[in-house]
Amino acid sequence: MHLTDMFYYGFIQRALLAGILIALLCAVLGMFLVLRRLSLIGDGLSHVTFGSVALALFFGLQGVSMLTVTLPVVLFSSLGIMRLSERGRLGGDAAIGIVSSLGVSLGVVLAGLGGGFNVDLFSVLFGSILAISKAEIIVAVVLSVVVLGLLLYWYHDLVALTFNEELARVTGIRTRLLKGLLAVLTALTVVLAMKLVGVMLISALLILPASTALQVARGFRVAVILSMVTAVVAVTGGSMLSFGLNLPTGATIILLSLAQFCLAFLYRHFRHSSLKPV
Amino acid sequence: MSIVVSAHELCCSHGEVAALEGITFEVAAGDYLGIVGPNGSGKSTLVRALLGLTPCRSGMVTLLGRPLSMFNDWQRIGYLPQNMGPLNQSFPATVAEVVQLGLLAGKKTPRRITRADRRQAEETLGLLGIDHLQRRLIGELSGGQQQRVMLARALVNRPELLVMDEPTAALDPEIRDRFYELVGQVNRQQGVTVLLVTHDTGVIGSHASRMLYLDKKLLFCGSFDDFCHSPEMAAFFGEHSQHLICHRH
Repeated sequence: MHLTDMFYYGFIQRALLAGILIALLCAVLGMFLVLRRLSLIGDGLSHVTFGSVALALFFGLQGVSMLTVTLPVVLFSSLGIMRLSERGRLGGDAAIGIVSSLGVSLGVVLAGLGGGFNVDLFSVLFGSILAISKAEIIVAVVLSVVVLGLLLYWYHDLVALTFNEELARVTGIRTRLLKGLLAVLTALTVVLAMKLVGVMLISALLILPASTALQVARGFRVAVILSMVTAVVAVTGGSMLSFGLNLPTGATIILLSLAQFCLAFLYRHFRHSSLKPV
Repeated sequence: MSIVVSAHELCCSHGEVAALEGITFEVAAGDYLGIVGPNGSGKSTLVRALLGLTPCRSGMVTLLGRPLSMFNDWQRIGYLPQNMGPLNQSFPATVAEVVQLGLLAGKKTPRRITRADRRQAEETLGLLGIDHLQRRLIGELSGGQQQRVMLARALVNRPELLVMDEPTAALDPEIRDRFYELVGQVNRQQGVTVLLVTHDTGVIGSHASRMLYLDKKLLFCGSFDDFCHSPEMAAFFGEHSQHLICHRH
């Protein structure tokens, strides 16, 4: 079968649509998180997602209905990380560590109580974008459009906050509100990306496209666009490769993303070496 | 002459430790006020309190005629905070993009950068003689160049008040002097009121029109000349030290 034949399948079309939207989200959001040194919030929240999925499974919820548990738990945790790091005399890394360890231990305990790991929990760990249902894709499209819309609406405020929080405040930007928004949008994105690459690899999808763009971009707007292009290429290419070579989709997407980062890193390295005086 | 900044009986603390006690002073339009004092004297706390960045226990601040709690004309104030440089090298913004961020003040969400904003940013860079840097990444510049860019960012809105917290701390003496000259020009030629925090009493004395000496309490407020002839300051520093400070420039 030719690789392009895959586009005739409804489930592949659905997977690609959801994948591209989630990739765009991660690319834009990831840029702000990486530059604000909050990259690992994705990792922490993914662990919480694992715990929340175990909680949903424990109550017998499946498919889209799981979101009724996962979304509020991850949202609450994201705001909790922000609150802990602001008020608890903790750095952001320690706050992430505390919340993420709570998520994993809760997940393991609930999985044990529920009779051990089953297929659903495994798909949560490593993603199952090709198995996305129509209901799930509707939720993913709606949430993605909402999150992207909010990011666009507050784009310049977020750039100002990322550049310097104090300066942003004296510009009249409500930084506290904006940090809360960033926490909420990250939580939504992590829950959506779980289906695409699984909780083990969500943070990579948030970090890698942004980091790749940062190697070569000259200008903030250019960096965001490059990050988006990189993420979409990784998701589309990774999905095609995984279908053609019968590889796990989530992991293939991340490996392709990693290859993009290596190329960008080498490009920057050689460009800088060639600029050095002899 | 109108009052741009006023503080009345301002008392602030860091946890249980008092940082400022009963500070009262006024800054008139067109003034160039140097805020000086030893490390930990509350200089930075004072400017942060004036801008609402640090909450205070008691007292009242008025900015451009409005109480701080009701103030929202941020486009009328330019601010250059402490510890800006060296900036994060991986931050991908160009100099033009950084200066344009200053124009977000006074806009309503969704804030947008227009073509006119880009022109205004370019003009401001030109005024400071650094328009040739506008396409460079901010992280690639030297400390002195970065500080000029941040000054351009603070001035891009044509503010009435320019507040700077230790802007020359990371600069070598030659670049520091040029920076002070530039701020002096902005004050004289554009009539911008300047509040500048520094620990370098002698150097700022030759640039500022007035000085405010702090050590948690307000110890002196007046011209540099008055400072050099003040018996209270002579008693505080010792006559020899006062002479050294006053004749460094």
